Amino acid sequence: MIVGGIDIVSLTATLMGASTPVLLAATGELVAEKSGVLNLGVEGMMIMGAVAGFAAAVATGNPVLGFAMGAVAGALMATLFAFLTQKLLSNQVATGLALTLFGLGLSALIGKGYEGVRPPPTAKIDFGPLSDIPVLGRILFSHDWMVYLSLILVAVVWYVLRSTRAGLILRAVGESHDAAHALGYRVVAVRFAALAFGGALAGLGGAYLSLVRVPQWTEGMTAGAGWIALAIVVFASWRPWRVLLGAYLFGGITALQLQLQAAGYAIPVHILSMAPYVITIVVLVILSAIHRHGVQAAPASLGKSFHASS
Amino acid sequence: MITLVRRPTPSKLWTYATPIVAVIATMIAGGILFAVLGKHPVEAIRVIFWDPLFGANAGYFRGQLLVKAGPLILIAAGLAIGFRAGIWNIGAEGQYIMGALFSAWLALKMYPTESHWLFPAMIVLGALGGLLWAMIPALLKVVFGTSEILVSLMLVYVAENLLAYMSFGPLKNPEGYGFPGSRNLQDYPSAYNAELFAGTGVHWGVVTALVAVIATYILMHRHITGFRIRVAGEAPRAARFAGVIPARLVIFCLGLGGAFAGLAGMFEVSGPSGQITDSFNVGYGFTAIIVAFLGRLHPIGILLAGLLMALTYIGGDMAQLVLGLPSAAIQVFQGMLLFFLLAFDVLTNFHIRFGRAGA
Repeated sequence: MIVGGIDIVSLTATLMGASTPVLLAATGELVAEKSGVLNLGVEGMMIMGAVAGFAAAVATGNPVLGFAMGAVAGALMATLFAFLTQKLLSNQVATGLALTLFGLGLSALIGKGYEGVRPPPTAKIDFGPLSDIPVLGRILFSHDWMVYLSLILVAVVWYVLRSTRAGLILRAVGESHDAAHALGYRVVAVRFAALAFGGALAGLGGAYLSLVRVPQWTEGMTAGAGWIALAIVVFASWRPWRVLLGAYLFGGITALQLQLQAAGYAIPVHILSMAPYVITIVVLVILSAIHRHGVQAAPASLGKSFHASS
Repeated sequence: MITLVRRPTPSKLWTYATPIVAVIATMIAGGILFAVLGKHPVEAIRVIFWDPLFGANAGYFRGQLLVKAGPLILIAAGLAIGFRAGIWNIGAEGQYIMGALFSAWLALKMYPTESHWLFPAMIVLGALGGLLWAMIPALLKVVFGTSEILVSLMLVYVAENLLAYMSFGPLKNPEGYGFPGSRNLQDYPSAYNAELFAGTGVHWGVVTALVAVIATYILMHRHITGFRIRVAGEAPRAARFAGVIPARLVIFCLGLGGAFAGLAGMFEVSGPSGQITDSFNVGYGFTAIIVAFLGRLHPIGILLAGLLMALTYIGGDMAQLVLGLPSAAIQVFQGMLLFFLLAFDVLTNFHIRFGRAGA
């Protein structure tokens, strides 16, 4: 199926892969924000995940270990952020920015010597005859295991937040940390856990970029993906399924933009490359316009420091 | 057990002491980092912080200090005002690019006509470029309530792509043998932002940075607008009762920050850099955020912090040359500095008590 030089099936198939890094990072950030902490360091955690995952995969020849290392690196960065904002009560916006600047620098330092190296390939799942179904087979059953894992993670996050006690406590802490504290919940511990989980997912997303999407290590390779993940959480009004929608929408635009470049349209490459960022802004504007007079979707304690005075 | 007890008012002593403590802590942590990289830590610190100022070729480096500090101070002075009011413009890098693009566009249009009016007109356009780019997040914030953090940041990537497009396309040097990048404005006397005193590194941008420091000091500490900005940041509700209009504040803070960043871009493209290329921007807009915080969001503090950060840039280049220290090490160093500053800030707002709280 080809429309205007663009193969719709292959576009839809690449969309899922293109969306996975931001989907993972946005799902992680959603959990962190649901606990009431705004971590603007997603970009820094992603790029650390990208470089750590890449290094581990190259060293061991095993991409699974690479992804694990990426998650650990992201979680470590998030723990640093948690220590500063939860224990030392630093400003969350400033600390998040610091995390991003620090992560970009540190990853560049670690990544020296990995430029131009090819990582071990990540296995695609063999669905047997399912992948031979015309159209659908190519779109749904032609991906590596990380794509499916990211979908499972969204479902798990949705279920845990909605239907479990742990999810209820997390949301309570995010809505009113003082009330949660009065009820005897350990606000700071819950937030540490939520942030570390968010960091691990951001790290996974980064590792997916360097191990599968590109697949290579280049300095600053996340190119704003972490910031787009933050925007997607706002777009999703803090709901997991809408994060999925937002991430796939964004992934679709990225994939389309790349295919337009490949199809040789007379639009300059640099103008096309702006598209994901411009569209993110447009979507944010539409959403904030809708929510302006409606219900406030953000967790009530988002971005506020918690200090138990007694 | 360590507990924190909130101070009734922030400690004056620690407000001034934390940046110094943070710098010392960063030097220690940086020394460890350099040791891990296989460099002698004390030597590395000396090459970065001492040699550019007092070493053998210090004369040259001292000039470079002002060249780098100028844009950092100018941008940070504008950003700090917004940060004081709780308005987070983190897209100064994009506004810097737009200032450069606007002013370079005019200069390249006028080439090779010589005129005394060109340079002042470029200054106006530079400020306007940054201002207009910052108006996008400002107006979206005011009209729709969209997060200025995300919009201003997204616009950095848009501006970077626009810069690349311009340097490969419309602004490309027609006599450049196909190489990307515009004509060099250093060869165009009417547009060239030359050194004012040979060897000092002082150009009009450095002068403007100093003027900006003085102007923002008067604005923030001697004028009702500054008082309103500070109240809005510290007690938004009280500010509304006092008649502060949030929308005007957003427009003012983002506009000023954008104009300053645009000016910094203009002075850079017409002076030290000389031409529009796709790698024209080097991250001043982001480093300026560190400068603003390190300077305690105070104009005089920013002046000192800007000089210090400029020193790490120059020292970093030198360490790269002399010791083979990777350039990214300096970026890590700058990031650590901000972390330590934010961490030690706990001492400004809290007493540390050992033993149980209330005991």
